[in-house]
Amino acid sequence: MSDATTPEPPPKTTLTVTIDGRATEADPGELLIAHAEKVGTYIPRFCWHPRMREVGMCRMCLVEVDGPRGPSLQPACMLPVNEGMKVVTDSPTVKKAQDGVLEFLLVNHPLDCPVCDKGGECPLQDQTLSFGPGESRFVEEKRHYEKPISISDLVLLDRERCILCDRCTRFSKEVAGDPLIHFVNRGNRTEVNTFPDDPFSSYFSGNVVQICPVGALTASPYRFTARPWDLDQVESTCTSCAVGCRVVLQSSGDRVTRTQGVDSDAVNWGWLCDKGRFDFENIGSVDRLTNPKVRKAAGVAAQDATWFEALERAASVLRNTPAEQVGVIGGARLTNEDAYAWAKLLKGMLRIDNVDAQLGDGLSAQFIVGTPQATIGDIAGASAVILLSPDVKEELPVLFLRIRDAAHNKRVPMVELAPKATGLSRYVRQSLVYRSGEAGVAARALVAAVAGTPADRQIAGVEADLINSAAATISNALTSGKGNGNVVLVVGRTSLAETAQSIEDAAHVLLDAPFGASKKVLHACRRSNVRGAIDMGLAPGMLPGRVSLAQGLDWFSTEWGAVPMLPGKDTAAMLRAAANGELKALVLLGADPLTDFPDHVIAEAAFAAVPNIVAIDLFDTPSTDRASVVLPASGYAEKSGTVTNLEGRVSLATAKVSGPGVARPDWMIAVELANRLGHDLGFESVEDITAEIARVAPAYLTMTAATAGGNGALTPIAGAIDAANESLAATTAAEPDAHGTTSDVAEGGDTRLDDDADSVESVESVESPSVRTVPPLVTAAAPTLAVSVPQPDSYSLRLVVGHVLYDDGTLVSHSPSLAKLAPGDGLHLHPGEIERHGLSRGGQVNVVSQRTAVMLTVVENEAVARGSAFVPFGQVGGAAAALLDADELQASGIVKIRLETVAE
Amino acid sequence: MARLNTANTERARELMGHYPRARSAMIPMCHLAQEQDGYLTDEAMEHIAELIGCTPAEVYGTASFYEMFKFHPVGKYVVGVCTNISCLLVGGEELLAHCEEKLGIRTGGTTADGMFTLEEMECLAACTRAPCLQVNYRYFENITHDQADALIDDLSAGKRTNDVPPHGTLSRIRQSIPADRRASRDSI
Amino acid sequence: MPTSLKMISTRWDDPQGHTLARYRETGGYEAIRKAMTMEPDAVIEEVKAANLLGRGGAGFPCGTKWGFLPKDVFPRYLVVNGDESEPGTFKDRLLVERDPHQLIEGVLIASWAIRAKQAFIYVRGEMALAHERLAAALNEAYAAGLVGRNIMGTDWSLDVVFHFGAGAYIVGEETALIESLEGNRGMPRLKPPFFPASKGLYMQPTVVNNVETLANLPWIINNGAAAFTTIGDAKACGTRLFALSGHVNKPGVYEVDFGTTTFRELFESPEYGNGIRMGRSIKAWIPGGASAPWFFEEHLDMALHPGPVGAAGSMLGSGAIVVMDDQTDMVRAAWRLVKFFAKESCGKCSPCREGTNWLEKIYRRILDGHGRPEDIDLLMDVADNISPGLTWPPKQTTICPLGPSAASPLVSTVRRFRDEYEAYIRKVA
Ligand SMILES: Cc1cc2nc3c(=O)[nH]c(=O)nc-3n(C[C@H](O)[C@H](O)[C@H](O)COP(=O)(O)O)c2cc1C
Ligand code: SF4
Ligand code: FES
Repeated sequence: MSDATTPEPPPKTTLTVTIDGRATEADPGELLIAHAEKVGTYIPRFCWHPRMREVGMCRMCLVEVDGPRGPSLQPACMLPVNEGMKVVTDSPTVKKAQDGVLEFLLVNHPLDCPVCDKGGECPLQDQTLSFGPGESRFVEEKRHYEKPISISDLVLLDRERCILCDRCTRFSKEVAGDPLIHFVNRGNRTEVNTFPDDPFSSYFSGNVVQICPVGALTASPYRFTARPWDLDQVESTCTSCAVGCRVVLQSSGDRVTRTQGVDSDAVNWGWLCDKGRFDFENIGSVDRLTNPKVRKAAGVAAQDATWFEALERAASVLRNTPAEQVGVIGGARLTNEDAYAWAKLLKGMLRIDNVDAQLGDGLSAQFIVGTPQATIGDIAGASAVILLSPDVKEELPVLFLRIRDAAHNKRVPMVELAPKATGLSRYVRQSLVYRSGEAGVAARALVAAVAGTPADRQIAGVEADLINSAAATISNALTSGKGNGNVVLVVGRTSLAETAQSIEDAAHVLLDAPFGASKKVLHACRRSNVRGAIDMGLAPGMLPGRVSLAQGLDWFSTEWGAVPMLPGKDTAAMLRAAANGELKALVLLGADPLTDFPDHVIAEAAFAAVPNIVAIDLFDTPSTDRASVVLPASGYAEKSGTVTNLEGRVSLATAKVSGPGVARPDWMIAVELANRLGHDLGFESVEDITAEIARVAPAYLTMTAATAGGNGALTPIAGAIDAANESLAATTAAEPDAHGTTSDVAEGGDTRLDDDADSVESVESVESPSVRTVPPLVTAAAPTLAVSVPQPDSYSLRLVVGHVLYDDGTLVSHSPSLAKLAPGDGLHLHPGEIERHGLSRGGQVNVVSQRTAVMLTVVENEAVARGSAFVPFGQVGGAAAALLDADELQASGIVKIRLETVAE
Repeated sequence: MARLNTANTERARELMGHYPRARSAMIPMCHLAQEQDGYLTDEAMEHIAELIGCTPAEVYGTASFYEMFKFHPVGKYVVGVCTNISCLLVGGEELLAHCEEKLGIRTGGTTADGMFTLEEMECLAACTRAPCLQVNYRYFENITHDQADALIDDLSAGKRTNDVPPHGTLSRIRQSIPADRRASRDSI
Repeated sequence: MPTSLKMISTRWDDPQGHTLARYRETGGYEAIRKAMTMEPDAVIEEVKAANLLGRGGAGFPCGTKWGFLPKDVFPRYLVVNGDESEPGTFKDRLLVERDPHQLIEGVLIASWAIRAKQAFIYVRGEMALAHERLAAALNEAYAAGLVGRNIMGTDWSLDVVFHFGAGAYIVGEETALIESLEGNRGMPRLKPPFFPASKGLYMQPTVVNNVETLANLPWIINNGAAAFTTIGDAKACGTRLFALSGHVNKPGVYEVDFGTTTFRELFESPEYGNGIRMGRSIKAWIPGGASAPWFFEEHLDMALHPGPVGAAGSMLGSGAIVVMDDQTDMVRAAWRLVKFFAKESCGKCSPCREGTNWLEKIYRRILDGHGRPEDIDLLMDVADNISPGLTWPPKQTTICPLGPSAASPLVSTVRRFRDEYEAYIRKVA
């Protein structure tokens, strides 16, 4: 086996390339077209795209390159620079060739620019206007095709406009791995098309619209909604999930009409998933909450009210409920500034610690912030990657693209541990599908096998051979010399029917395993800015900047005046406590537990028992319907601030349009409530909050808007904490009066004059409680597992519950183009289980759990293991949350179901 | 119509085994499907995609690049008349026109009884014996109009089935590599 | 006039020439036995010494091409180009149909020399008889232990796989051939970077050779490079198969001494063309397949040698010679070839995909009596945008030479017979 395909390490030096007589410095390996653009010479192109393999098809980028036999026309997009290369981009020969190509592209291109969506931002149109020939010499009849055909639910294709640049087709194959569109036929009859009746149903279909250099591909959600020249735009960060893709938001007449991906090297490379691209539809939805609402009496619906009334009512709830009887759920929809304002109000002013941005659907905040943080980019550089996460393709689509790129195009060896096969299974070397609940067992077997004790039998439902070959993948990867010797773990809640503790336990087993130069974790957090909310302290036991309540006590007592005394409850515990009458008030920060908490029975019991619910949201939801006060908030694209993605990267979210009615940003609501409760949060603008975060939140020290600009910055900023500590020490020394202890230190120091000076300092600073230091960031500890998972039996199936991209959640359900794509409830079974139970595909089955029974449609799904059943979460009907018994899960680590066939 | 039948599925697997990468067998597998059904059906393309592990769009996109694959039923006999330069010089176009008349169809058409499809071909590599035509890719070289008529009459009458198998069948002899004769292969 | 030696068409007239038995009776599979006693590199040196020029069209020296394989990079593959589709070309089909074992032996020799891991013989799809003969021959050879595991009882093993296409001229271009063999649309790859020698089949080092090129190998190994170079011209040695078609009395595929035989001899000798039909005179001919610029009477005494033919602005290409007599309609003949290229464009490059079709449409308009005076210059300028300067060898705005090839018949006829174009257009006016 040869290494012919691995590139040789590039020589260190730069190269000299002469472009139009000007000597330029180029990096080895750069393509001429990219290099020329970088140094200011734009070579026209249609087919070349910097994030896809070059194909050299359109021939627009022809330039003259000096060779042994004189100058020759060559495509700049296919040509790596080399030393001494001489390039002419503006000679008559080049001009004629480029004009010729342009003319060729136009001969069969319709002249319908005035009615084309692309008109005004069309590279073909632009080239024609600036370079092209005037009068057409083509007097023959043009190629004709049926005008736009739907190639998917979201995308239309006008084959007459297509210039066959291979961008969309390359994207579908190379980037998305969904080669459902393809060139069909040959030569002049070549067209892009799908297989008959097999649409381009890709989660990434919108990208092809964005990269189409003409108006051949258009997206139904924004066809004809605006003309490019009417659009006004800003850059922002998508918050549809926690990947944090960079976007431009385009609006026309105070309505967002389009979202386009921005090429951020660290994150999304210009790509977006269709959910992130098209859920802008919910921003201007007619269903948005426009007014505060207050319930005047028990049993009647809440009615429109003024902000004054509503805030008074909310404040009185908080005023009259003891801190330990208040629960606050949600925060993922908030910006970091919103979240910080709320954290300061709740924890610093009201000493409430029953605060949780997650809804029992993730891992503990301590685990998320307390494990060594990997970046998305680390994946491609790693020697090996182990996935212990939910289906990234369904939950974090653009992260899927990046992981797929690393696995498929860059051949990074990967092993997956999951209770059900995922979208990445076909790209990893081994996918170990373990029995739900037994992640830790599987992880231990894998680690043992790497360490030299191969599996000798099936373990946790995984065949011994598979465990051993996965172990070999890891060992070989680490000895191959490829990559940096590091292992990246991608960790998240693999299934809602598996406990967070089980996953954290397995993750710690992997983290502590005796292989890999270093191990880092990329957290597959799912919900929009949940990472930012946790970082801002919206989690039990946590304070802003990734510090624990215990370790941040002094620091935040100084900054805020107070902090909660004891760690509070997470969402599950809050709901249970509420159901038991121990909580008297719930505050919902953009959360809808009745829909999103994995166990509807517990959520319902809590809502039935708790007397006061204050909800802040964008839409009416089942949960807001039960609230006594509802406050309308401004949402994505309506407010500015920073957000933090799953790798801890902070970037800017920017307002583009005004919110509906009298909706306000969440931070402002916090400020207003604080005022009514007799507190002053101390800020009047988003900028004030950003500045305060940068000053007080340890992991965010010096994180200003400027730092977070562009493609964002990783937290913590390197050196910021050390610098802060140094300057604190200096301040303390310089201002003895302020702290009154400097002289003590000096005296103490005097008594040990003969000791080593360095150690004197360090001992003193520890001994002296009065020198302020930035509290340390949290380090996660392995959980202790209390439960032992019962043996599998042949009567029951283990439930696996996970999210799919399109669900009945608030944002999707209010985006009409996407809502129709939700697959709906169903019981997904391995074909073998369907046979075994004598079921029919598409037929109904009665699914019985310990506490309930629901009727579901049988869906054949090879991704589900035998002995398991998968139910997608959050679909219309809510079967998953009905079946998912959190008490059973807590007690036994799994949820069992049985199937009862129904008589037809 | 149909997915590959059991025997052809076996053969398809054998073909995939001839190459370091299964996808290389795509074209021979499409021929196999065309041999089975006379043309390349959607079901067969889906089946081929399954066997190779690609999407049906990739099979269709690939197959449609090539002239010989038909995506709609064609005649049992596809008559292809070369009109390229060597044949053009000695009556290829006239031969094509004659066949149109004889069969009563235009080039590209199929007779009502489903027996014949007429095609204009590019150079068939029989230039020194022009004009020439093929029926199901079997050569008839240096052919006069009368000979063409006789050929078509024979085929209509069910004769010459040995010379010309139904459309889709190319080689009636398959290369088979016995397991004990195959050079050992390790993966790429 | 010297009668050429037959080297590669010796069994063509033998009805049993395609069988293993007959091949062995006539000395078959001795060359590979001999080659296997040589070091692979020694075989390469022998082929280099024979100066065997590729017979597929480009005429590149075979041994030199093998020498381009990067050292120590394995696996390597041999791909045999039997896609023969260049209009007028007709030789590889006969070599496969009538002497498949000679080809297989050539494949074995080449594979031994380049240390190929596997060989593929890609035969054009439309050639059912060739498929049958080759499949049968390979089955025989496998059964006889000549191909496959432990060839001739040695520890050398090699699989030779018969592969066939499905109708696409462009697949004859070597990188398109590789794409097609990988199960893709046969669209060429750009060279560089995708020279088959370094990034070929499955991105591995690959040699692509024409059927006729390889068919010469048994003779060269049996008789030695020195003997080979004594035949024909020193710079174009051995024999070559020329397919002579069109308006000659005796069209046929002739094996003639390379580099010494002249066009006149080929056209007039009773052994070959035996003169122009019906006593007419010659108006033009295509010396090397549809892609080649045309020749006229002033070239008659030129030898069939790539040197002078190239210097005169054309090529011997694939050995297809199409003769046109004085009655031939030059506009129509050129149109037919342009139409061919338009139809066969793979569609990858805009200039070829759009340009060749545009040219064809203009031609059809002219032929249909709707030509405009400016159309002749338009034809030339559109062609110029595909092949800048309309020079020979052609420059190209495209990836492969197919697009520029469409310019050859056009430019040859417009330059020489502009009056015929004008006559069509005048008819309108
Ligand atoms: C458009 C085009 C068509 C070609 N068709 C053939 C062909 O049918 N057979 C062939 O052997 N070479 C063909 N060639 C040449 C091949 O690219 C390649 O040069 C040849 O197979 C090398 O073999 P050789 O070195 O043995 O001649 C074609 C080239 C082009 C550009
Ligand atoms: S020149 Fe024509 S045939 Fe060749 S690659 Fe380009 S489009 Fe394809
Ligand atoms: S941009 Fe280079 S060929 Fe298209």
